[in-house]
Amino acid sequence: MARDSQAALVALNRFGFGARGGASGDFVNAASDPRGFVKSELNRANAALLEMPGLASTPALGKALFDYQFEIQQARDAVAKSGATEAPPTEPKAQRRNPSLSSIATDMTAKESMASSADGNNVNAAMARPDAVQPNPPKPPPQPPNVIQKTFRTEALARIQRASFADCGFVERLVVFWSNHFCISANKGGLARIWAGSFEREAIRPHVLGRFADMLKAVEQHPAMLFFLDNQQSLGPDSRAGINRNRGLNENLAREIMELHTLGVGGGYTQDDVTALARVITGWTFAGRQGQLGPPGTFVFNANAHQPGAQRVMGKVYEQSGVAQGEAVLADIARHPSTAKFIATKFARHFVADDPPPALVARLQDVFGRTDGDLKALATALVDSSEAWDAPLTKMRSPYEFLIASGRLLGRNPEDPSPYLGGLNVLGQPLWSPAGPNGFPDTSAAWAAPEGMKLRLDISAQIASRLGDGIDPRELLDLVAADAASPDTRRTVERAESRQQALALLLMSPEFQRR
Amino acid sequence: MQCCEGLRSQAASRRSLLLGGAAFAAWAYLPKFARAADGGDPRLVVVILRGALDGLATVAPIGDPEYAGLHGSIALRPDGPNAAVMLDSFFGLHPAMPEFARMYRAKQAAVIHAVATSYRERSHFDGQDVLESGFAGPGRVQSGWLNRALEALPRGERVTRALAVGPTTPLVLRGAAPTVGWAPVALPQADDDTAMRLLELYQHRDPALVSALTQGLQLEKVAQGDEMKPKPGTNGIGAMRLVARGAAKLMAADDGPRIGALAFDGWDTHAKEGGPVGRLAQLLGGLDGALAEFEGGLGDRWRDTVIVVATEFGRTARINGTEGTDHGTGTIALLAGGAVKGGRVISDWPGLKPANLYQGRDLAPTTDLRAVMKGVLRDQFGLADRVLAESVFPDSRAAKPMQGLIS
Repeated sequence: MARDSQAALVALNRFGFGARGGASGDFVNAASDPRGFVKSELNRANAALLEMPGLASTPALGKALFDYQFEIQQARDAVAKSGATEAPPTEPKAQRRNPSLSSIATDMTAKESMASSADGNNVNAAMARPDAVQPNPPKPPPQPPNVIQKTFRTEALARIQRASFADCGFVERLVVFWSNHFCISANKGGLARIWAGSFEREAIRPHVLGRFADMLKAVEQHPAMLFFLDNQQSLGPDSRAGINRNRGLNENLAREIMELHTLGVGGGYTQDDVTALARVITGWTFAGRQGQLGPPGTFVFNANAHQPGAQRVMGKVYEQSGVAQGEAVLADIARHPSTAKFIATKFARHFVADDPPPALVARLQDVFGRTDGDLKALATALVDSSEAWDAPLTKMRSPYEFLIASGRLLGRNPEDPSPYLGGLNVLGQPLWSPAGPNGFPDTSAAWAAPEGMKLRLDISAQIASRLGDGIDPRELLDLVAADAASPDTRRTVERAESRQQALALLLMSPEFQRR
Repeated sequence: MQCCEGLRSQAASRRSLLLGGAAFAAWAYLPKFARAADGGDPRLVVVILRGALDGLATVAPIGDPEYAGLHGSIALRPDGPNAAVMLDSFFGLHPAMPEFARMYRAKQAAVIHAVATSYRERSHFDGQDVLESGFAGPGRVQSGWLNRALEALPRGERVTRALAVGPTTPLVLRGAAPTVGWAPVALPQADDDTAMRLLELYQHRDPALVSALTQGLQLEKVAQGDEMKPKPGTNGIGAMRLVARGAAKLMAADDGPRIGALAFDGWDTHAKEGGPVGRLAQLLGGLDGALAEFEGGLGDRWRDTVIVVATEFGRTARINGTEGTDHGTGTIALLAGGAVKGGRVISDWPGLKPANLYQGRDLAPTTDLRAVMKGVLRDQFGLADRVLAESVFPDSRAAKPMQGLIS
């Protein structure tokens, strides 16, 4: 039996994606050398890279999307030209008149009677009923997934598989952390959705065990980020394009670089610094379908859009011209003490506690500063700290961690991303689609809300109802926590009325939910 | 792993994504208070617009000579196609809000203009913290002003019906006073026995999770009516209506919640904001529809209802280089409901001349949003000035409750 079960629990759950089922031996391996188990992944060459057949580069995906949009446009134009009466349907106007209470009641009664006759478990049937709020036109036949949807699912599956098969999963957890720190949202539009996966593969993964400054530069020059935060539209007011088109700055990316990516609120910058940085990075854009500036879908510096002249950012004057000006600013703020503090705090909060131990934050901040933002050194310092092993497991697993850990425990070989994507949507963490540029929340309160807990239970029950037949819940509990499992949890699992119920309770147990 | 089988269709996942941005939560108790004098049974809904609403585009100061130049290509006009609906001789309402215009004419809706919280920086997240926490500045706070107001109300019967959308409670309603909510998710549910066993385990092993799960389980009891489940093809705008519609239905019930909050995302219009039509117009149409859903769904209770719509800050007076607006300061708050003393735009208008703009770029705030909220809470629920100035909105003595918002 394990030598140190509690430390194994920390190794697997706090740092990783949980123990795999079957004959993985994860728990025993973690218990025999907890720190070594976590750190071994850090030393594998290119541990964070994700390259496999079927995953295309950002320019290739950009071209595919541009072509797809071009085709649609041409089809529309053809319809318009032929003068067909079948004009593309326009958005139905919102109903102006407010339905009366009695009409709502009548409407609801009618639908409730339909509901009672329908199979309550058949979600699709339940969802297909006509909508009373907006009258639905007859349903068109289902469309095959387009290139955007196909790409998103392929990227999602690759990421889910990588996390499912990792030994500990520490490197994948680091990827998820940094990807959320530098998040984009696929909901921004077609380009963001088709690039969500390639952005993470190209801008985040290569630097997860590298240098922060390199990740920062790769992120801010990635077409997906430039699109997400509108920088491709920002023109220097005195640039040639700005003058010709009578347009100007958009501060969005510059602000989030300072507020969310590096210095943090209160990190010592002012509104003037935001505006100055916005000027500095005018011209940072990506080439479009026509490829006038470069190969479509690649980062390009458009000198015509760049605000000419020196800029002062946080007290320092940047005389450089061209893209070098922005790169110099980024390099400086990557090394700013506020950045070290901001990153160290977020890092410790993610892995250790909502209110992380100040001594740990101070040490991480020091390592970050001393190593010039070496992220492998940062991760190593975290694993080497005593706090990370001594702090009680009070954080809740995020929905992504919970679903991946469930799949790992049950030995699933993910071949279809849909169940994972659906579960993430339900639990409020839709993949690569946070509500704002600050990413998904990272506190226990956010994920342990009443509705979230209830939904986790429903999802656990559904997983268990499908997969609980052939398993021995007591063995699974040993794989999850061995003798670190509390007597209460062990008793609850053992006394369950069915294997399914036992599995649902196991998945909802503090041993499985907390990390 | 096999979960959420039924949610694999594109329509379903898109629906869930969109609803992720819309949340409703309510106080778990009926207030027991004395407005017995007039037999009223007051209701309050707080609607948070996250992302910073462009107040100058929603209720445009068309009479200000600077406005058309500052808002440029997206400025509203008093005439021509898609003209603004003039609320008085100075302010014009965005044409995407005909329901609000109708309520305004019926004296059941009002606008407070050039309003802001006490926050003067430009971070959404800090700005929302201040808006929702009710504290004078940002910081890690655990409770919202509406929740602290509830704590000051005498607690009556337990609410047996409630709903919320989205797995989290908005900060404005988070805190010590218990809240309930519900998410309209079509998902086979865990049976009661499993839930009870899990609760027992948490009681022994993880007490912090007991209350969350208990509440989560109670919510579900009510709102199982299918009519609240969004349907495929529902867009973000439709989602706003659906959330409001479900909330209104439960708030209309005699044993339903009286005080609730919901939040709509997506108001951060940095680029291509659009004028009378376009992106902001669509969002405003959704908000307008949500207000109409409340009016229809609350039925007779509309008479006693106040809906307050607020946002974390405004946007720049001058449009930026991408036909949008950047983070600003002064903006609007909207009031709607049968209990509102409406038909007015309440504003100490600061003017839009360069010298009058806050930091030379934003509409200068002349009204403290806390004064509006305090006025509503005092007149709707009889909360004392002292409670409002100390525990609900700490350190807000200077922002006196606004008089006469409620009829």
